[in-house]
Amino acid sequence: MPLTSKDDALIESIIKRYPRSRSAIMPLLHLAQARDGYVTPESIEVIAEKLALETAEVNAVATFYTQYKRKPVGEYHVGICTNTLCAVMGGDAIFEAIKEHLGVENDEVTSDGKVSVEHIECNAACDYAPVVMVNWEFYDNQTVQSTKDLVDSCRAGKPIPPTRGPNELPTWKANSEVLAGINDGKAGEGVAAGEATLLGLKIAKGQR
Amino acid sequence: MSKLTPVLSAFWDQKDSFTIEGYKRNGGYKAIEKALSMPEDDVIKLVKDSGLRGRGGAGFPTGMKWGFIPQGDNKEHYFVVNADESEPGTCKDTPLLMANPHSLIEGIIIGSYAIRANYAFIYIRGEVAHVIRRVQQAIDDAYKAGYLGKNILGKGFDLELVLHVGAGAYICGEETALLDSLEGFRGQPRLRPPFPAIAGLYARPTVVNNVESVASVPAIIDKGVEWFAAMGTEKSKGFTLYSLSGHVKNPGQFEAPLGITLRELIEMAGGIRNGHKLKFWTPGGSSTPLFTDAHLDTPLDYEGVAAAGSMLGTKALQIFDETVCIVRAVLRWTEFYKHESCGKCTPCREGTWWLVQILQDLESGKGEAKDLDKLLDLCDNIAGRSFCALADGAASPIISSIKYFRDEYLEHLKQGGCPFDPAKSTLFDLAETR
Repeated sequence: MPLTSKDDALIESIIKRYPRSRSAIMPLLHLAQARDGYVTPESIEVIAEKLALETAEVNAVATFYTQYKRKPVGEYHVGICTNTLCAVMGGDAIFEAIKEHLGVENDEVTSDGKVSVEHIECNAACDYAPVVMVNWEFYDNQTVQSTKDLVDSCRAGKPIPPTRGPNELPTWKANSEVLAGINDGKAGEGVAAGEATLLGLKIAKGQR
Repeated sequence: MSKLTPVLSAFWDQKDSFTIEGYKRNGGYKAIEKALSMPEDDVIKLVKDSGLRGRGGAGFPTGMKWGFIPQGDNKEHYFVVNADESEPGTCKDTPLLMANPHSLIEGIIIGSYAIRANYAFIYIRGEVAHVIRRVQQAIDDAYKAGYLGKNILGKGFDLELVLHVGAGAYICGEETALLDSLEGFRGQPRLRPPFPAIAGLYARPTVVNNVESVASVPAIIDKGVEWFAAMGTEKSKGFTLYSLSGHVKNPGQFEAPLGITLRELIEMAGGIRNGHKLKFWTPGGSSTPLFTDAHLDTPLDYEGVAAAGSMLGTKALQIFDETVCIVRAVLRWTEFYKHESCGKCTPCREGTWWLVQILQDLESGKGEAKDLDKLLDLCDNIAGRSFCALADGAASPIISSIKYFRDEYLEHLKQGGCPFDPAKSTLFDLAETR
């Protein structure tokens, strides 16, 4: 369902965050994805109207950024890092194996609409390589087998929880709201830091 | 005793380190009491005197950047934090914000006060949902505690802080592209001058600082310039986060004084993985020229790395052992730069495409030896010829890899393909999982 009048108050509150309204384009596009799973032409029109812009101006922004999708992705969008470091440490093998396992190509969705796959660039978790993201939550130190288990769990509707993230993996739409700047109250869930993050501290404290 | 100096990371091992209670229990939000009682210019002077330099890559002195903001100009000023951590290999700001977002918020309050900004933004990359949650919650809690909003601590200083979430564009880590993106446009770099200090966000005087730089400020205010400057080297003062990844036994974050060496860090990481040896590494992300085992004792500070022909960058130390094909590694980085080129400047937009074509031919053994010279010639025509440094970054791994591993490129041509087995570089046994 595209952005509707029910979203008016929320849209207004997002616009009010900024000194100038145009800055609200990006969070509003994230919000559009929270409603439809991707950026629809209808949502583009709503955003353009709210910000007093041409639809072409909103489209220009939406098409620049890879996180804004122009067609539906899965309920669970799997990003496999294939930038150099993750790639050589296993990301390439994981990416190939998962495409074959699911019977999809890059940027495609399984026929049940549950899982889509994309190869992604460096996701700032290199000390946990190879890294896989689902709906932009961290799955650290992956192997071919662990990622197969992960996507299977997503298809079964009982996704394995993230390594460093909330207790349960949110859906793509739910996390798109988080990206729009809406607090879902889950910040307190999950670890403060993973093992690799703490390695130097533990050595400094003589614990390793 | 180790050489490590945990400051930012000192209490990340506490379960609630990311909460406002956890931060305050460990001395948090004491520095704003002190800073907001000082004249603004004295805060700038203190940060200048500390010698703190930007931790996002360029190493520009933070206090000097703050001092460039014109005062008494009757214009709004903005304080913007670059949390768009995307440089390949870089993974320090993300765990910092997950474990301790309040150190950044306290630094933002101090910085905004110093430059006389009443509006601040954190521009965070969009692909890290849980970090976004933690930062959003931290902002909400800081408002509730009276550290943000109107009349902070009764000192008459007002500050609004907004978290702005990006959407997957590496280029937005470049400060002027970030500002365009924050204004609601495609993230494309601007021609400078004017610099952001004169015409930044909404054409107003703006400071753009990296997360780690800003998060380091509260400790400097709290413990003093001498404490900070006692760490590090002559021109590279203080502590910083080094991120070790790749083929070491135990990858991770190490907070150490500037000037530590890779040899020392690898030892703490348990050495290179069993049965293997170091081949090449990046000192500060993929945009910094590659190093080899000849550079193990290079001091990892701004001057030391520059003197050895690279850049300290983001201190993203990506370690590759002898199983990794240099051509495969460089091709993959080049594909990244091609994908992330914003398209504004022709040398970068077109050049990165050609770099990929030639490298693909070389990797598959279809190229010719003279292609290496063509690559270098292309790099020469791309680097330094665009609005921003993305193209310079694209040229770095190519030029440095040909310098150190020309023979390995040529071996691909001799053998008509890659002489390496990628399965040997993976961390898990491929045969078992197929």
